[in-house]
Amino acid sequence: MFRRLSRWAVAAPVVLALATGLSGCGSGEPAATASSPTSASTTAPAEATTLNVFAAASLTGTFTELGKAFEAAHPGASVRFNFGSSATLAQQITQGAPADVFAAASPATMKTVTDASLAASPVTFVRNKLEIAVPPDNPAKVDALSDLADPKVKVALCAAQVPCGAAAVKALDAAGVTVKPVTLEQDVKATLTKVQLGEVDAALVYKTDVLASQGKVTGIAFPEADKAVNDYPIAPLSNASAPGLAQQFVDLVLSQQGRDVLGKAGFETP
Amino acid sequence: MGRPPWPLLIPAVIGMAFLVLPLAGLLVRAPWSTLPSRLAGAQVLEALRLSLVTATVATAVCLLLGVPLAWLLARVSFPGRRVVRALITVPLVLPPVVGGVALLLVLGRRGLVGQWLDATFGVSLPFTTAGVVVAEAFVAMPFLVISVEGALRGADPRFEEAAATLGASRWTVFHRVTLPLVAPGVVAGAVLCWARALGEFGATITFAGNFPGRTQTMPLAVYLALETDPESAIVLSLVLLVVSVAILAALRDRWVTSP
Repeated sequence: MFRRLSRWAVAAPVVLALATGLSGCGSGEPAATASSPTSASTTAPAEATTLNVFAAASLTGTFTELGKAFEAAHPGASVRFNFGSSATLAQQITQGAPADVFAAASPATMKTVTDASLAASPVTFVRNKLEIAVPPDNPAKVDALSDLADPKVKVALCAAQVPCGAAAVKALDAAGVTVKPVTLEQDVKATLTKVQLGEVDAALVYKTDVLASQGKVTGIAFPEADKAVNDYPIAPLSNASAPGLAQQFVDLVLSQQGRDVLGKAGFETP
Repeated sequence: MGRPPWPLLIPAVIGMAFLVLPLAGLLVRAPWSTLPSRLAGAQVLEALRLSLVTATVATAVCLLLGVPLAWLLARVSFPGRRVVRALITVPLVLPPVVGGVALLLVLGRRGLVGQWLDATFGVSLPFTTAGVVVAEAFVAMPFLVISVEGALRGADPRFEEAAATLGASRWTVFHRVTLPLVAPGVVAGAVLCWARALGEFGATITFAGNFPGRTQTMPLAVYLALETDPESAIVLSLVLLVVSVAILAALRDRWVTSP
């Protein structure tokens, strides 16, 4: 009867890690290399050639593209991504998962990692704004944030525990609009799916998600979105097995090339 | 009989440790000092109540539909029976999230059947407690069907034949002879089905969404708690485990007579 545990597939790695007290092993020496990561690449002969990048799910498309560019520019190096909810990734990192770079969708999730002294000085590399997403035929004729307050309009929001949900609460508060959502989804992609399938009339998602859906949903910008801009911080991790590559990857993301890729996907670069 | 042989004993002990150790991990890491205050939250009780109610209703639905289905598969030969049997196990192998999407495509507001339900009766299942029951039943029913069918195949057909030769109709044979014969299999199937429904996450959050008091069952609450507060997630998991183990143990003593 305990097999039920296995159904929480997503929770399992974290719970297991907590359970077996994995945290300590492997993470040894919170190395001083973090302070001078670029020089480390020349001094440390054992530098790994695989770079593990833990990145927020909303960065899947852009970071995959940047990863290919990085591999092309660094022959012999390969970039492996772990995309997921920023909060889950932060938990994995603090539990000792092998990560070299962390790009989070909110300062709060990055704070989990910096509080554990696993990263120093994260940099905000993009900002993401909310939009109202509606099905292409817009059945509920939504065209402003206040329309979401209509009880006849079915609205999906992200749960307040995840960054897009926190941003939605902030934007709705700023606008003084009270919404009774039919569901509080576990992440922004799930929220978007509900709009794509026409199960809800509107949802608050990131502008980048609207663009990535390639016309399957229509985005409506609203002025209050400016009050709930989400900062995305990135940082190389202090116990990276490839500290040199980690810093170079961060540099690529912050470079003009990185900005171009991210800007094209709808992110705003600071 | 003698001592159990090593080739059986060693893997058995490893197997047991594998299943039980994660539970021990939860117990070790549980924040015992803050446990009472974390449990006091209204949302915990709400989620627990919703979980127990929906899992029980889903099990009832599975019994109502699954036992006849198992009987059909075991006792009536019809063309395509093997295909049907294979199709019934689909929810077992389907990732539950995919199951949830599939349910949306059929029963959603714009789904094949859902469209009609909405237009004719004004009924829309997603984001409702009924939707939770549907998702749980979808995922859990194969467990019941497979164990009842197994029991039916193992039951001695001569009792049924004897009843038939004495003039009993097929329906009478079913509920007076067959059902009592396979009762332990039905109970075992129902227990599996209930446990599976109670732990259901993927199909539920995809099809029924997540809203406290309406569709947020314990596994959904655990998942979201994990986003911000892993300790709360452990507490919620423990509550779910303790309650379900207690219920199953109580049922076992009452309904399943051990040899």
